[in-house]
Amino acid sequence: MATLTSTANPPATRARASRSERLAPAAFLLPAVLVVLFVSIFPLLLSLFLSLSRLRFEAGGLKVQFVGLDNYRKLLFGSEQKVLFGTLAMPSLIGWAVLAVVAFLALVAIYRAVRNARPVRAIVGRAIAALALIGLTYLVVASLLAPGGRPGTMVVTMLYVVIGITFQYLIGLGLAMLCAQPLPGRRFFRVVFLLPMMITPVGVGYLFRMLADTNKGPLEPLWVALGMQDFAWSNNAWGARIAVMIGDIWQWTPFMFIVLLAAIEAQEVEPVEAAIVDGASNWDIFRHITLPAILPVSTTLILIRMIEAFKIIDLPNILTNGGPGTATETMTLYAYRIWRALDIGGSAAIAYLLLFLVTFFATLYVRALRGRVSTV
Amino acid sequence: MMKSFFRSASPFKPSPFRMLVSYLILGAWALIILFPLYWLTITAFKLPAAVNNGPFYLPFVDFQPSLHAWEYVLGEVGNDTIRLFTNTVGVSLISATLTLVIGSGAAYALTRFQFRPKVGTVLVFLGCVLLAVVLTALGAPWALAVAVAIALFVISLLTIARRFTRALSNNDIAFWLISQRIMPPVAVVIPIYIIFQQLRLLDTWPALIITYVATNLPIVVWLMRDYFASIPYELEESAQIDGASRFRIFNQIVLPLSVPGLVATFLFVLVFCWNEYLLALFLTNARAQTMPLAVVAQNATRGPQWWYMSVLVLIMIAPVIAMAIALERYIARGLLVGAVKG
Repeated sequence: MATLTSTANPPATRARASRSERLAPAAFLLPAVLVVLFVSIFPLLLSLFLSLSRLRFEAGGLKVQFVGLDNYRKLLFGSEQKVLFGTLAMPSLIGWAVLAVVAFLALVAIYRAVRNARPVRAIVGRAIAALALIGLTYLVVASLLAPGGRPGTMVVTMLYVVIGITFQYLIGLGLAMLCAQPLPGRRFFRVVFLLPMMITPVGVGYLFRMLADTNKGPLEPLWVALGMQDFAWSNNAWGARIAVMIGDIWQWTPFMFIVLLAAIEAQEVEPVEAAIVDGASNWDIFRHITLPAILPVSTTLILIRMIEAFKIIDLPNILTNGGPGTATETMTLYAYRIWRALDIGGSAAIAYLLLFLVTFFATLYVRALRGRVSTV
Repeated sequence: MMKSFFRSASPFKPSPFRMLVSYLILGAWALIILFPLYWLTITAFKLPAAVNNGPFYLPFVDFQPSLHAWEYVLGEVGNDTIRLFTNTVGVSLISATLTLVIGSGAAYALTRFQFRPKVGTVLVFLGCVLLAVVLTALGAPWALAVAVAIALFVISLLTIARRFTRALSNNDIAFWLISQRIMPPVAVVIPIYIIFQQLRLLDTWPALIITYVATNLPIVVWLMRDYFASIPYELEESAQIDGASRFRIFNQIVLPLSVPGLVATFLFVLVFCWNEYLLALFLTNARAQTMPLAVVAQNATRGPQWWYMSVLVLIMIAPVIAMAIALERYIARGLLVGAVKG
């Protein structure tokens, strides 16, 4: 990034620089810093303290009692472990294979850091990240790819993020490629495809509840034809999870679509035209010209969506109320439910775990792409 | 004849066959998007019986449309609806405007000035905030705790903090501001609730506005920083030689050049505030409630009141959809610049 300094001014103007000119940089930046300090950093620290304490509502107000890491212990090893991590079982063969691949890749990353004689700090950082990644993978594998396993809110949240973003990106890219062709009437599609993003997630939740109704919804003939009119998807863990994911994909594909379309249209025309003249196939043009051109945008888009997707609450809350049981509950919804049960310390602890999880994945993602894609 | 169907007239135009396939796929996705919206619209005109007795698709053919839900929402509880709508419009417009003003100021500062905050100052400051939190939690009055923390901050700034010479750069500040978006709102909503309770601002516009500004500031800084960086500096230099002040340069040269970015960012933030549910749920309970809460409230003990809900959702999405259609070109262009530079 080209950062220009205010000292680049010619001397003549600097001599005339008034008091307000010297204060200008601070005047521009300070409001933002103050707002973030007041409404983000300060509450975050307060929240850290809350997550280490137990709050009780008593006559005359709140009573705060410091309990150390007790809230976290309860979540990670205690009575709430079954909700957060789910039921872990012996992974299946596929599960072990997935775990082995991830472990192998993590070891390769550490090995490369050692071989390239990176500073100790970097090697230790990679080792910690690798351990965390293997641990999280085990969590996923032992709850999803294991007979008898049941995913907890943490794995369900990750599942929504990964599946949701994958589909949103692929569908968005496909539609953007189609819409980038010189088709008459494509402006209609561009506008229509944008709409779901504008609808409140709460509304999307109810909309999909109406649509998914197997008796009164518009798809009833289809359910009858399939002999599934009595199938209550909301009582089926996977049915309910898929409903949430479909709602999320429906709502957020437009975001991917609109930016990818702009990126495709902004790419240079000459290489594509030259390739067409040389008789390159459409796939070759996409693979060797379009894809590299939109890769930087894609990585940022996925990062933005990843950060937002981890916070999902409205859709599962409305669509399934987190149920059946806690099958569709995300970590934000979980924290909200615990807060409703007046366990404020526990709620803050869940929120902090979520913060660690998002930060971990965002950092891992940015680090993994740094150097490979120029602009991340 | 058949051959020309699969081959295009010019190598730069898709063949008729390819156009047909493209239209089929695009049409299918348009149907996936529009059908739920169609269903929402007809549900708003259905009597409860028409909703509960199975799927009816076509007004006047399958069922007799009725305005009962509209009469209820706009007539019987019309005052509530108007209040909710005013709250949503007011809070989101003010929040989005403020976020844009504060955020683009910061984004501009980060591309044009050099900041070198000392690590020591930052650490001391964080320490003092932590001290204030702990003191308040231990039962000290918050005003006293803040006063002690400020005093300590000033003292250590003059003594200890100077010994740290490492300084941060603009990129660190930008990263710090943008990374605030990573933070899940649920992690801070309880302290924010407590703060606004202390300030007696719960269930008011300012509480929502301040919170929305803070949560959306990272987006504005992220998108606008790259937008400003893409504007050539020479224009500003020549204005500076002519003696224009920084604020005038910003207002009269930089902002007019950034209109696409500003429009896209504004709309983006506006939609986020407009649709926000979690924070509004915590921070309001009656007077300052926004539309998403009203939509959820239609899920009464008698079961979801689909017809009222649909009317509310339609009222709620109509303005944003109109804006999105009008500004579609700006959205794409504005978001692209931010996403390219990352």
